[in-house]
Amino acid sequence: MSDVFDVIVIGAGPAGMAAACSAASNGAQTLLLDENAGPGGQIYRAIAASPFRSGRVLGHAYWVGENWINRLRRSGAAHRPRTTVWSLRASGNGVEIGTLSDGVAQLLRARQVVVATGAMERPMPVPGWTLPGVMTVGAVQTLLKSSALVPHGEAVLAGTGPLLYLFARQLVAAGAPPALVLDTTPRANRLRALAHLPSFIASRYFFKGIGLLAAVSRRVPIVRGVEALAIAGTDRANAIRWRTEAGWQERRCDLVLLHQGVVPNIDLWSSAGCRAVWNEAQACWHAEIDSWGQSSEAGILVAGDGAGIGGAEVAAIRGVLAGLQAAHLCGCLDSGSRDLQSRPAFQALARLLRGRDFLDAAFLAPAWSRVPEADTLVCRCEEVTMGDLVAAMRDGASGPASLKTFSRCGMGPCQGRQCGLTVTEALAATLDRTPTEIGHFRPRPPVRPIPLGALATIPATDEETTSVVRL
Amino acid sequence: MFRRLPEDARPIIRLSVDGRDIEARRGDSVAVALLAANVIPTRTTPVSAAPRAPFCMMGVCFDCLVEIDGIGSQQACLVRVREGMQVATQRGARRLDPG
Repeated sequence: MSDVFDVIVIGAGPAGMAAACSAASNGAQTLLLDENAGPGGQIYRAIAASPFRSGRVLGHAYWVGENWINRLRRSGAAHRPRTTVWSLRASGNGVEIGTLSDGVAQLLRARQVVVATGAMERPMPVPGWTLPGVMTVGAVQTLLKSSALVPHGEAVLAGTGPLLYLFARQLVAAGAPPALVLDTTPRANRLRALAHLPSFIASRYFFKGIGLLAAVSRRVPIVRGVEALAIAGTDRANAIRWRTEAGWQERRCDLVLLHQGVVPNIDLWSSAGCRAVWNEAQACWHAEIDSWGQSSEAGILVAGDGAGIGGAEVAAIRGVLAGLQAAHLCGCLDSGSRDLQSRPAFQALARLLRGRDFLDAAFLAPAWSRVPEADTLVCRCEEVTMGDLVAAMRDGASGPASLKTFSRCGMGPCQGRQCGLTVTEALAATLDRTPTEIGHFRPRPPVRPIPLGALATIPATDEETTSVVRL
Repeated sequence: MFRRLPEDARPIIRLSVDGRDIEARRGDSVAVALLAANVIPTRTTPVSAAPRAPFCMMGVCFDCLVEIDGIGSQQACLVRVREGMQVATQRGARRLDPG
């Protein structure tokens, strides 16, 4: 292909927008690819086309996204929305990216690539979690941000983490308060978090968190100490059961919204061979990166929550740093200018990371909702239960790849994105190994489904066409 | 299951789902349109014909797969509605149409 970009950024959330801005404004010919219709990622979802005109419902932190959209427009970076990236591969002379836009597949080349594919909500496999009427909190927050939709009827929020309460408050502000919050935060987390309390009190999260809890508890009943959950219904969810020290209780409901934190999306960068490291405090995989975001693969940087969870502001700072380094590595920016421009970013990063340890310890999801009981589905696509996985392990499956072969877990259309983390933790817990020893699914291209017809129309040289055909 | 807040003043877009006309707003994804019109389930699974509906709304879970304008297994959460769009919910495993 003739198109060689200096820098291609994948994902237009805070990290991707920041990386594209800092690379392009330093003279790098930059292309920003994104799966969604508009920039903003999940945190600033639909920011450029929001049905809301005031900050009353979504709050100030959402509208900060507008600044990034404006900076992106001025930066000179090209933005290609509605584009799926289905392969990523570093070769000797740059990086090759397979894309699909409007049904047309292309192979693009770049000297440097910044992967900023963000986070997803941690899978929360509880009985009944595949029923219609059960969604993630983030999913329903997307309905609110992008289309001003709110739950109609009795909605129950269940799980742990700041987003659970942030969204409860947004629903209160929208005039649609949830019927109940079931908080699964383990009591033991409090003790562990206590050690990080001083830095948390000094952080910006402290007063925000206290205000949030107060606002929600004034309007919404909260049950704490929930130790088990089950969602009931046949064609759709119609009730939720939960267990506390006082025993089991049940409540009729129309919607169940689950959330237990966010974890990096590792599919794209791990498919390119970038190494992952297990983060024990957050119980998820991070990308192995240096302070600029450089991964273990030459030509590929990883920035934002897709590399490691830090939140939107940290993601943007890491995007700035990755963008500067990408511009430097492709020869647009000398190291002195890079260092000078990066200084405020490194300073801000130290300030913004203060208080994170407390949040990680306080809101680590409980073990029972990460590795479920035997009859609960782990793989939503192929409908594989925890019991099926244990049986496969008994038959000799010892890692994610062999588990896949034995059980079909992770072989459906989502390609293991949804169940991957559960699979690692289920193997580790059952076989009494560490997640690092177990490892993770190794996605292969195409990492997203692509029509065969589109693949067949990619222009290829004669050498490429005959490379797999022995004549 | 969901209702629209009154402050949403975006223009109305009409599309068809399994032959029934529904209203969406400009900028909605197909998944939003289906949820707002209470189209549940949006598919049944190929494995056990279990009912499913959009779950993650961000392109991860693939539970919102529908047929859009004749092309099957599209992620409804990633496609925006267009006037006159023809959407069909998917039932069980796909059949291969010979020829």
